Amino acid sequence: MPADALIPFLAAIVGGALRVGVPFLFVSLGECLTEKSGRINLGLEGVLVLSACAAFGGSYLSGSPWIGVLFAACTGAALALLHGVLCSLPRVNDVATGIALMLLGTGLAFYLGKPLIQPQAAQLPPVALGGWSDSPVVQAALQINPLLPLGLLLAAALYAGFARTRWGLLVRLAGDSASATKALGYSVNAIRIAATSAGGAVAGLGGASLTLFYPGSWNEGISSGQGLIAVALVIFARWSPLRCVGAALLFGGAGAIGPALQSIGISQGYYLFSAVPYVLTLVILVISCRPGKVAAGSPGELSSAR
Amino acid sequence: MRDAVAAVALPVAALLAALALFGLFVWLGGASPVETWVLLFKGAFGDWFSWQNTLQRAAPLMLTALCVALPARAGLVIIGGEGALVLGGLAAAALPYAMPLPGSIVGTALVCLAGMAAGAAWIALAGALRQYRGVNETISSLLLAYTAIAIFKQLVEGPLRDPATLNKPSTRALAEGLRIGGIAGYDVHWGLALGVLACVGLGLWLALTARGFSVRVVGGNPRTAQLVGLPASRLILLACALGGACAGLAGAVEVAAVHTNANASLIAGYGYAGILVAFIARQNPFAIIPVAILFGGFGAAGSLLQRRLGLPDASVQVLQGIAFVLILASEALRDLDWRAVWQRPRLPSGTVEAQVALAGKAA
Repeated sequence: MPADALIPFLAAIVGGALRVGVPFLFVSLGECLTEKSGRINLGLEGVLVLSACAAFGGSYLSGSPWIGVLFAACTGAALALLHGVLCSLPRVNDVATGIALMLLGTGLAFYLGKPLIQPQAAQLPPVALGGWSDSPVVQAALQINPLLPLGLLLAAALYAGFARTRWGLLVRLAGDSASATKALGYSVNAIRIAATSAGGAVAGLGGASLTLFYPGSWNEGISSGQGLIAVALVIFARWSPLRCVGAALLFGGAGAIGPALQSIGISQGYYLFSAVPYVLTLVILVISCRPGKVAAGSPGELSSAR
Repeated sequence: MRDAVAAVALPVAALLAALALFGLFVWLGGASPVETWVLLFKGAFGDWFSWQNTLQRAAPLMLTALCVALPARAGLVIIGGEGALVLGGLAAAALPYAMPLPGSIVGTALVCLAGMAAGAAWIALAGALRQYRGVNETISSLLLAYTAIAIFKQLVEGPLRDPATLNKPSTRALAEGLRIGGIAGYDVHWGLALGVLACVGLGLWLALTARGFSVRVVGGNPRTAQLVGLPASRLILLACALGGACAGLAGAVEVAAVHTNANASLIAGYGYAGILVAFIARQNPFAIIPVAILFGGFGAAGSLLQRRLGLPDASVQVLQGIAFVLILASEALRDLDWRAVWQRPRLPSGTVEAQVALAGKAA
């Protein structure tokens, strides 16, 4: 690779990581919160797509992107609430329910979002952090999504919350031992429903950043499976909200390798590079798992970790 | 007997409720619910043309549902059937690149076998990772599915691409003699027969053979399996490989009977829809056949709803989503004591005695 192509290439990767990583960050934080309470939500894909549609619709109708963000969080919470309630019924499998909600969420989004494909909605204003450089490529790469600082704050808050607060402890308790939670007189289901719903609201912000920042429009291919990958991301981050930040940026960056290579004229292996995050997660799982043992750091009640 | 009634009545009731809710949904959007229901039925099962469309969609659903049901009977939740289907289709389309094939039924069988082998290897990999490395199979099969789709796109748009396909990158079309034709000259192809045969065959295998019984023991009670010395890992790998082979066959059939080459249309979500079908059929291969036909019918009715009522093409997806949610939720009612439910309103409510009486009944 010639030296003068290196800076645009690196800028494209960093910029890609920051742009593509933000939805990953929110869905992984949402999934982390859900899984900490002892349940898996595969339906976050549906949550993400439906909230992306709600964000775009909200912004389009009201003219304010922040109303759209609020719409997205509420929609995400509502759909995840349905997941939480359904999974609390006896004999209802959380993996199957997740797939059902994925289908329902994307179906509803495509149905209700049909009239939103053409119009333009007000977008979130970018935060320019590239002023120190006189290279236009670097400046373009550092046009930050205004939701990114919010996501970083949220990750820190979740980390502190799990470690220090009564609520965080309750969520972890429900996730690690349902019987201990019951013995202390708390309702396992209530805690899990609350955590799932809050996780849906967080994931909804990821949807908002899809339609209101990057790519910044609403269409049926808006999500490339970020909601499903969230499950893998959380394992990758070993159920720590802080590590979710790194994992999300890494996944965003890995996904940006293909387009970055394309931007400097190398188009071979585009799709293989897009698979890097999945293979990476799989390799890490293979290295970190041992037969008969639960994954390190996983909530004890989580069916998918056993 | 009561169980059998509940096993059929609950999903049917849930399905009717889903249709009612869907009617309400389209009514809110300004369409007539009655007309929607009529068109749904007409588009799915109204005439022979609709039936052909329905059955053509049901064939891959049966096979991908088996990819969920067989591992599930061995105790594994595999949700990556889409990957096995896509790779199966790719292997089927790629085989003529690798070796000359006779343009007869032997060649077609080889194409199908290539697809089955690719699918079997992919799902068995998820099973092996779980048995030997302790990696959760639900997650790994999903990751493998995404990886498979990337491999598919890379090869179809790269080395295997037919240069003549400009707008839609595809592999070279299968030779005329290798394709799977329609049954008796209709649009319904022999893939449907393969699907039904696979469901019945594997259902009988699970129910009647010693090996099938062992798989069910491993899935139903791993401790017992260990005590009687069943080779759990091998049985689990077998169930995964058989399931994967079915999904791979679905891909090969889609290529050989519908698309004639491998292109992005193959990634149509049959793998995910198969998960629904398998769960609604309660992982029973025989029950998969009618459920797959029903869901194939919903898919077939979609275009009619779109044409006649101007509903978005996603409306069928909404209906499927509602149906799946309600059918899963209806599982919760299975253990309900219906007599107790009917008697409850007759008790005087609100008094302490009534509550004590209720508590006594519950205990």
